[in-house]
Amino acid sequence: MKQTPAGKPLPPMADMWYRLRRNRAAMFGLGMIVIFILAALAGIVFIDDAAVFETNPDARLQSPSSEHIFGTDDMGRDLFLRVIYGARYSLTFGIVCTLFSLIFGAVLGASAAFFGGRVDSAITFVLDAVICIPNTLLSLSLVAVLGLGFCNLMIAITVSSIPSFARIIRSIVLSVVGQEYIEAARAIGVSSARTIFVHVLPNAIGLIIVNAAMNVSGLIMSAAGLSFIGMGIQPPAPEWGAMLSDSLKYMRTYPHIVIFPGLAIVLTALSFNLLGDGLSEALDPRMKE
Amino acid sequence: MLRYILNRILLIIPTLIVVIFLIFFILNIVPGDPARIILGQDASAEAVAELNHELGMDRPMLERFFRYLLDAVRLDFGESYRSREPVFDEILAKFPTTLMLSLLAIVGMSVIGIPLGIISAVKQYSVLDYSLTVSSLILASMPGFFLALMLILIFSLKLGLLPSMGADTARHYVLPVLALSLTNAAYLARLTRTSMLETMRQDYIRTARAKGAGKRRVITHHALKPALIPIITVLGMNFAWLLGGALITEMIFGLPGIGNIIIRAVQMKDVPVIMATAIFLAVLYKLIMLAVDIIQAVVDPRLQLRLR
Repeated sequence: MKQTPAGKPLPPMADMWYRLRRNRAAMFGLGMIVIFILAALAGIVFIDDAAVFETNPDARLQSPSSEHIFGTDDMGRDLFLRVIYGARYSLTFGIVCTLFSLIFGAVLGASAAFFGGRVDSAITFVLDAVICIPNTLLSLSLVAVLGLGFCNLMIAITVSSIPSFARIIRSIVLSVVGQEYIEAARAIGVSSARTIFVHVLPNAIGLIIVNAAMNVSGLIMSAAGLSFIGMGIQPPAPEWGAMLSDSLKYMRTYPHIVIFPGLAIVLTALSFNLLGDGLSEALDPRMKE
Repeated sequence: MLRYILNRILLIIPTLIVVIFLIFFILNIVPGDPARIILGQDASAEAVAELNHELGMDRPMLERFFRYLLDAVRLDFGESYRSREPVFDEILAKFPTTLMLSLLAIVGMSVIGIPLGIISAVKQYSVLDYSLTVSSLILASMPGFFLALMLILIFSLKLGLLPSMGADTARHYVLPVLALSLTNAAYLARLTRTSMLETMRQDYIRTARAKGAGKRRVITHHALKPALIPIITVLGMNFAWLLGGALITEMIFGLPGIGNIIIRAVQMKDVPVIMATAIFLAVLYKLIMLAVDIIQAVVDPRLQLRLR
């Protein structure tokens, strides 16, 4: 562990960041994520809807060129602009849904682990039941109930990723609660709330962040999958999964229409996976095989 | 052991009741009433009301829930809104395709992943080891449907080697099985590698080496079996996941399996079908997890004490 000049070890988060900075793959992932977020923001500010939604019969199915660097699709729309425009969907699904399921999962998992006893048995029992239902089936049922649409898809994805989060957080918190310093805090009469926020959370947060980073790529892929089968964002909106399914019939002759949106999904997911891998190594150097 | 197994099987029942209640609750907020879905938009209001009464839809939700439970015990999951056929028959008719696909995918990922993992653990930091890490990261970031499309593009559309649609011959299964096994093969290889390296550090391996066993013999006779025990769990979870989660791959390759049922049922808001598939898959999940635990206990004598 790196020492500060005074000889005290760095606080856990600073130590994690120090190690992460030296991991080239993880920094590459982080850099890519920043670029994707900037591109999505630039898309919101600079790309007007007309360029993305309006059809242009004269420019149909062009291969990549200097004018259209990703080429154009079957409606003559510029693929590069559509991919950039679509970044907002995937990033929102990945990041926002992870945050929300993290919050709900943390409340459920942490209270199960911290209070133990009946609370724990009840929460674990329900979570175990929900986990038996295949994830895709659960989110599809929620979409069927809520209807299609951006917000509804977000709710469906968030809800179906809560149970696994709650289970992971429960086991992380459980391992922290078992430590002697928590017992000591309780013994000297520290309140539950203070114990949770001052003693348990700071020591559990590292592992929770690692799991969250890994979760983002999974959610990006499952949101794209739902859109791909027509149960998420609908064409002509340039969501990457929807773009893929929309152009399947041109795949044989114009593979670029399928490849570019697909690569966008792969790269985004890869960036989050690289970051997650790096974070878990930074948190626990022994994990590095 | 037998008592343990019976206990576990009995414990599936309360879990199932919760599963049924949750899905029942979720699907009961579905907008639009079932009779409307069955009879279509043109039906008269009286006909809709009458059919709803016949289906018991005008009863309170709790009463319907308990009625459903009682029927479910007799394996009666109601009729599909769309085809008016018993739901369970439809699931059983489509299940073999999904089962076949999942089993082949499990075999595929084991055959590719486990040997690669073992070799890269034995030859740590070699070119193979390095490329395995990179390819497993890339494959883990590739959604199954995109991998499937790329396989179709290369092997079916460009090279014309394999069919991309249907389930008529064994050749039709090659691409879907490849699409499902590649992603997990890479993950499995990495896991095997980690587990193998972990095992090689154990005391009993050092003992075997100290007693003069050669490196090859230590790997095949002492390290392999304990290193593969965690792999069983992962294979079991993958199997359970494939049975219910391969639906997009099934759709892309036009395979008539469970995924097919799920997607159509969700699009049609065919509630009985969604319910029954969820229950069916939940039972399978529980049984597979039980099988995993039993297999582990059989292979790993260290675990047998826990099952007494």
